[in-house]
Amino acid sequence: MADFNPKEKKILYRAFRITAAILIVMLAAALIFCMFDLPGLFSPDHPGENIVAERYIESGIEETGAVNFVAGMILDYRAFDTFGESNVLFAATICVMVLLLVQDQNKSRAHRKRSKKNGSVNSDQTTVSESQTQSEQLPESKAYYEDLRDEREIEPRLIKNDVILKTIAKFAVPFILMFGVYVILNGHLSPGGGFSGGAIVGSGFILASVAFGFDKMERFLNRKSAGIITFVSLLVYCLAKSYSFFTGANHLESGIPLGTPGAILSSGLILILNICVGFVVACTMYSFFSLMRRGKI
Amino acid sequence: MFEQIYNHFNDIVAAILFVIGFSNLLFQKNLIKKIIGLNIMDVAIYLLLASQGYISGRLAPILTDGSENAATYINPIPSGLVLTGIVVSVSVTALMLSMTIRLYRKYRTLDLDEILVKVRKEKEDKGEG
Repeated sequence: MADFNPKEKKILYRAFRITAAILIVMLAAALIFCMFDLPGLFSPDHPGENIVAERYIESGIEETGAVNFVAGMILDYRAFDTFGESNVLFAATICVMVLLLVQDQNKSRAHRKRSKKNGSVNSDQTTVSESQTQSEQLPESKAYYEDLRDEREIEPRLIKNDVILKTIAKFAVPFILMFGVYVILNGHLSPGGGFSGGAIVGSGFILASVAFGFDKMERFLNRKSAGIITFVSLLVYCLAKSYSFFTGANHLESGIPLGTPGAILSSGLILILNICVGFVVACTMYSFFSLMRRGKI
Repeated sequence: MFEQIYNHFNDIVAAILFVIGFSNLLFQKNLIKKIIGLNIMDVAIYLLLASQGYISGRLAPILTDGSENAATYINPIPSGLVLTGIVVSVSVTALMLSMTIRLYRKYRTLDLDEILVKVRKEKEDKGEG
């Protein structure tokens, strides 16, 4: 693009846009033409109604105890699938951490170990060369850290003057968190469950961290505690439901009784798995926001 | 012809949404808007998949009036499939956004053409020097 003069650039852009428009119209026509072959909304015998769906609905309550058939399906009949999904969220958190985590230069453990090992004799020379090699390893070095320092310093100044946000958050955050916990715990009785409830709790955390400052959130949700919560929840899920690796399609009975359908303490393992999934999703949502905002959880 | 459109209304809307999201990828120069286009394509797929479970005249798959007959409820399986898709979409969007943040910190622009120009210039400088 740098080799063309502006007139040629304009002509090239226009040609590209016209070709793209033609391609899009053709794609839309092809897709809509294919859609007519699918069974419609009002067709009498839909191929999706098969014995699997019948089994999930008709034996749903006696085998899983869940009044919400979809929750019984994803957390009991197909629980291994949901285990994979929680792992996907965990892996995404790890990848975003690899990309965006910034360690404070003075506090990183590797820095402390290296400065202790080198001792005090050649300390001046080695520390200068160390900081040089450290800053050379990061490609963006100086501008990168200045950027982050601006983000971390501008934010407290903005929040100190923001009265509306603080007042509304003081009223709203407890209700948001309470509603999220309600949706998680009632996953087997009404629409909801671990994923949606976890997203609600996560957004409550995000609002609290924006309104009250990250330092106050760090007291109970820092990197160590978020890591422990996520790991323990995934471990509980794994111990509960990964027997499918070894037994195939057969089911192992957990010792927990199914209870009366319609009560909160019913449906065996589904309540515990909902809570685990809710924890994972909430910690993941909050750590995505915190990593993108300021480079550490 | 119109009866066919009326019967497949959900599929056609999903196809149009998909094409709108795809055209975002082609026509927008800003990286963030391209990511939004990918998100729109994901949502179109969810609409197509979840609406395949709908059977007209039946209720949502939560126990109502104590009837455990499979003929009173819609098909619950496509809803479970869409749940997995939503989780995957969230993870992919988070990864794309974090890569955009790293690109911005290095090249100071969100315009894809300018980033490619700068990358090519860097390669030339490194090749010569």
